[in-house]
Amino acid sequence: MKSETAAFLKKNKKRLLEAWVQNQMSDSTLRDDLISNEELSKQSDDLLDALLVALGSGKLNVDSDKFQPVSDILSELSVTRARQGFSPRETSMFVMSLKKAFYAMLEDQYKNDPATLYQETVELNNLLDSMSIVTMETFIQGREEVILRQTDEISEISTPVIRVWEGILALPIIGTLDSARTQVVMENLLQQIVETGSRIAILDISGVPTVDSLVAQHLIKTVSATRLMGAECIISGIRAEIAQTIVHLGIDLSGINTKASLASALKLAYSMLGIEVRRAERKTIF
Amino acid sequence: MMTLSKETLTIQREPDVIYFRNKAKEYAVKIGMSMVGQTKLITAASELVRNMLRYANGGEAVLEIVIRNNIKGVRLTFADKGPGIKDVKQAMQDGFSTGRSLGLGLPGAKRLSNEFDIKSEVGKGTTVTIIRWKNGL
Ligand SMILES: Nc1ncnc2c1ncn2[C@@H]1O[C@H](COP(=O)(O)OP(=O)(O)O)[C@@H](O)[C@H]1O
Ligand SMILES: [Mg+2]
Repeated sequence: MKSETAAFLKKNKKRLLEAWVQNQMSDSTLRDDLISNEELSKQSDDLLDALLVALGSGKLNVDSDKFQPVSDILSELSVTRARQGFSPRETSMFVMSLKKAFYAMLEDQYKNDPATLYQETVELNNLLDSMSIVTMETFIQGREEVILRQTDEISEISTPVIRVWEGILALPIIGTLDSARTQVVMENLLQQIVETGSRIAILDISGVPTVDSLVAQHLIKTVSATRLMGAECIISGIRAEIAQTIVHLGIDLSGINTKASLASALKLAYSMLGIEVRRAERKTIF
Repeated sequence: MMTLSKETLTIQREPDVIYFRNKAKEYAVKIGMSMVGQTKLITAASELVRNMLRYANGGEAVLEIVIRNNIKGVRLTFADKGPGIKDVKQAMQDGFSTGRSLGLGLPGAKRLSNEFDIKSEVGKGTTVTIIRWKNGL
């Protein structure tokens, strides 16, 4: 970009900023529920400042060191927007609407010099396209982080420890018991054993699609950890097809109490604790 | 043997295990495999995908519906460009593991499948192929 163009744009920063903010606010997709006008103006102002400095450096290349501050601001902005729940369209509008403001200025300045107008417009266009790409890339990264965080949250909320009886805890496990999940399950369980002084924990795996050797290893580890705490584990909810698969895989669960259903696990737990549950004998009236 | 449908998935991360397993289940259901058959297939798949991730940093997994003598089956191929296995016979033994795990993945997957094939070359990679037939034991 010609230095005189850069200087001209810099001198007219205020007008440029006003036009740009105006463009953004008049866009129907603007999420004024997610971002205030002041915040929007502030973000626009920051980016424009950085951009006008970088424009003065001659070669327009987002990947160059001169443009680092511009990329940084853009990245931070789009990650934030991704977290706040902006759509890709709403996020990309930020840079897109800057194009219009720039073009109007250049058109005005070079109305008698079409060759320069053309050249500067193309250059600026390429730059703003690259900036859009940076925006989208980081936006998607931001979304991926959100997804990863949600995955963590899901694994945490989906492993409740239920106190089914005095001294008996139950943990329904739903989904795959991967390493991270096992860690959460184990921590929750051990903590609850201490807090409630429970002596028996029932791990119900009815909701686990398959027990492969990794899941089995995790189950065995959980059982050992429970025993170290002085409590006993019962694994329930082993469906027929899972039982056959475990045998074929060659996994040895012989040292572990296993039951087909939660009900039979509970029965076993009662007998281990010496609890007797009986149907109340009704007195006959006649 | 003929292939009726085929799909290739790239395995790179832990969540790919679950995705691939669900896909394998879909294929098994499509050909009317029994519940026990499905569970055996996805468990073997789980072992082999995990091995790829753990020992070879990922690879490619191919799902196919195949037909032979008028009987349908699901064939799964796991191909990686990892370090390969020095002694395949040893790796196929129950309890052998260089990863401090149970060492049941390869031999277990073999027992859970109707057909099993493993080819490995040190420095080149490993390819494991399994088939479960619709009515296989
Ligand atoms: N795709 C692979 N690439 C390289 N080595 C492998 C691969 N799959 C298995 N192995 C080797 O074979 C051994 C046995 O595998 P496996 O039976 O699944 O047991 P485990 O995974 O518990 O070690 C592994 O410890 C590893 O050394
Ligand atoms: Mg393994």
